[in-house]
Amino acid sequence: MGSADERNARVADLAEAMAGAIRGGDRRALARGLTLVENESAQGEALLATLGSGGRAHRVGITGPPGAGKSTLVSALTAAWRGAGATVGVLAVDPSSPFTGGALLGDRIRMLAHTADEHVFIRSLASRGALGGLSAGVYDAADLLDAAGFDPVLLETVGVGQGEVEICRAADTTVVVLAPGSGDIVQGMKAGLLEIADVLVINQADREGADALEAALRSAVELRDGTPPPIVTTIATRGEGVEALRALLEARAASDEVLPQRRFERARARLRAAVDRRRADGFWAQRGEILEATARAVAAGESSAADAVRALLQEESR
Amino acid sequence: MTATPDERPIRVLVAKAGLDGHDRGAKVVAAALRDAGFEVIYTGLRQTPEMIVTAALQEDVDAVGLSLHSGAHMTLFPRVLELLRAHGGDEILLTGGGIIPEADMETLRALGVGELFGPGTSLAALTNYIREEVAARRGVGSAPPDA
Repeated sequence: MGSADERNARVADLAEAMAGAIRGGDRRALARGLTLVENESAQGEALLATLGSGGRAHRVGITGPPGAGKSTLVSALTAAWRGAGATVGVLAVDPSSPFTGGALLGDRIRMLAHTADEHVFIRSLASRGALGGLSAGVYDAADLLDAAGFDPVLLETVGVGQGEVEICRAADTTVVVLAPGSGDIVQGMKAGLLEIADVLVINQADREGADALEAALRSAVELRDGTPPPIVTTIATRGEGVEALRALLEARAASDEVLPQRRFERARARLRAAVDRRRADGFWAQRGEILEATARAVAAGESSAADAVRALLQEESR
Repeated sequence: MTATPDERPIRVLVAKAGLDGHDRGAKVVAAALRDAGFEVIYTGLRQTPEMIVTAALQEDVDAVGLSLHSGAHMTLFPRVLELLRAHGGDEILLTGGGIIPEADMETLRALGVGELFGPGTSLAALTNYIREEVAARRGVGSAPPDA
């Protein structure tokens, strides 16, 4: 073990070497880099600092309830973009067990057609306790794929209900995928999923109930402020409607106004969240004892929660 | 939450190689590894060695668990091992199970394949083996100390 300076220098050297390999198209280095940033390690930070965080790729979020066909649509969109000559990065998030921390990541099963294609890179991420349908590491992982030259980068969330809207803070464009049968979901969707949709997709459009779903969606999105999002119908298993969806996403990416504004909002929200998290870590690291004492007082009814919060925050300003 | 190289979750690719359609065993193993706290990437049936290795490298797994019942273990295990080594995946543990004669297990171990598990193996034995073997391999890896 050397001094902290020596260790930092070593981390920087390794980051430099890894960044060079990633720029040169070394997929193994990219995979290792993704592990580093996913684990929020110092080496991962150094790597992103060296490589830059991209900022070129169109980040397309694909979200929707379980069984709507998100993975199949991601696979079909990947095929469409490959047909147009693009290189595609995919980050697919599945839930971690809150009890064991384990996860079964099965999104690749629907994406096998692209396994042999060196211009497609697919990585499965476990949510690792993050709420909102993503994982904490997915933001940095998207930066890394972006910096490695993949464009677009597709972000697939876990199967979501109504309140899991984190994807709109990670993506430039949010695609909400629904399937016939989720019509009753739409009924209750005054808030949440429908509000974050930049594009709505009715997948499995050959199934009964597709027309009713479309009607329900149209009346629901009319209530939103501004221009209602476009509705696209697809049958992802057969690739139907997928090229039209891709063209629509491309047109959005080409607009001079939409993406820059979204990127600014994305950056602002991310910075705030990152600073909040670090401050909170630092704050609690020094207040184990006082937290314990205050919590006992609140639990015993000797102090109100509001008074305890004030006392803890006063402690901070000293 | 910051994970140091040693405490990050163990990632395992579970794949079913060969042309037979029996993936029940692979699914049971995948679920058991998940319940043991591993992150399990499950890729489904009829995977070629090339597909298995590409997925293992992209996912940066610690171990590959191969299930096969087709009798092709003497071709498939060496091929996967060869491809892993050719693409910088030397430190990835290759293990697995199926109906494999003891003599063949011995031959495969000599090549560098890990323990292979026959029918009736307890899931705990498999889980413990992967956990210990991955810990040992991470220990000798080239990862620098976390600053």
